[in-house]
Amino acid sequence: MSEHEITLTVNGEHKELTVESRTLLVHALREKLGYTGPNVGCESGVCGACTVHLEGDPVKSCTAFAVQADGANIRTIEDLGSDESPHPVQSAFRREHALQCGYCTPGMIMTVTDLLDRNPEPTDEEIRKALKGNVCRCTGYQNIVRAVETAAAEYPITDSTDGSASGGD
Amino acid sequence: MYPPSFDYYDPETVDEAIDLLVEHSDAESALLAGGHSLIPAMKAGETAPDVVIDIGGIDSLTGITNRNDVLKIGATTTYADLLSADVRSVAPVIVEATSNVGDTQVRNRGTIGGNLAYAGPEQDLPGAALAAGATLVCRGPDESRRLNADAVLAEQGAKRIRQVELLTRIELDPAEDCVGAYVRKTNPVSGYALVGVGVRLQVEDGQVTAASVGANGLADNAVRLDTVADELVGGTLEQGNIEAAAGRATDGLGPVEMRSNAEASAEFREQLAEVYTERALSKAASRTDAVAID
Repeated sequence: MSEHEITLTVNGEHKELTVESRTLLVHALREKLGYTGPNVGCESGVCGACTVHLEGDPVKSCTAFAVQADGANIRTIEDLGSDESPHPVQSAFRREHALQCGYCTPGMIMTVTDLLDRNPEPTDEEIRKALKGNVCRCTGYQNIVRAVETAAAEYPITDSTDGSASGGD
Repeated sequence: MYPPSFDYYDPETVDEAIDLLVEHSDAESALLAGGHSLIPAMKAGETAPDVVIDIGGIDSLTGITNRNDVLKIGATTTYADLLSADVRSVAPVIVEATSNVGDTQVRNRGTIGGNLAYAGPEQDLPGAALAAGATLVCRGPDESRRLNADAVLAEQGAKRIRQVELLTRIELDPAEDCVGAYVRKTNPVSGYALVGVGVRLQVEDGQVTAASVGANGLADNAVRLDTVADELVGGTLEQGNIEAAAGRATDGLGPVEMRSNAEASAEFREQLAEVYTERALSKAASRTDAVAID
């Protein structure tokens, strides 16, 4: 029982794949399915660069086996907006210079969208607490917090502002 | 890091899970729920079970009920689900300890039972469970056992969870007129508790009639700070009494070997115990007015 055939629904698309028991969800997404948005940043489950939504909740995909997600709905950064029509959080990150190398950014944004879904007007402290599981080496966080605050002004997202390829949740 | 290979099973019932534990009792097997203790350990090469039994899909193990004055928390209830269940008033120590764990993502996956079963020295729930006087219900192939938290979590617990047993839920009696709090000094490297202290106080007419204090990070297991509890009973919660009790935090820990490592020496942890006991007591004391009004 060390190889398994599983199904995942990723960004609305049904996927069937064969994985080993030990295959991490992040590796299944990146290497088996080509979703290179979530990044592997730390090998120790602390940095959050691998954050995706699993059944609607942000989780660290490096700290889950793909087999645990068999049958589940997964949303990656690829589902948020496009070059022509970025998601408001993506636009806010760009405007506020909330990224430099961009490595933490996909995971950061997945946590931010969940925060704003639950708490449309977060305080500075609430933002920082919510992002505790997303580490950034470049920005010093100030601009990230600012980006979240400005993006919050555009929440809740309606279909017309979502910009996502699959039309949102 | 890629964890080494293993055989993975995902039983649908508790009985199936126990059967698998028994069937594989000769191999090194591990239970998987949230995976936020097990998977990092496997990735770091610290453990390499041959068999992993995923209990995360067993519906009967998750969920919270509050009936007839008993709060029951299923073992695979996530931290996030406990926090959103709004049971802080009946389980203040456990809920506040849970709110300290990890981060958003960790709380969406990690489980109450996993924290208690793994019981690492710097985790938050063991000390809180001692303070809250929790009961741990464990089921094995032949019997179900109800164990009090001390038996499972505190040092030299002879009745630990057995290899072929499943922790299925924890139970708390929400006692009348009780306030509680949990505070910790966060380990800046790991995000766990360098030292964490949970307190539960029964206060009637301004007097402490019962007290229970548990601490993480002081030893390899969670410990009770009985000297603090004894000092408080019969007195009021004015600042002088709190300070006096907190000052005795590590008195009477007896032969317990204090945890000491590069991150914090035993002496520093003793000092932290006093500081965080005081803060926990002050926090709990500040909540007594709310109880009286209710």
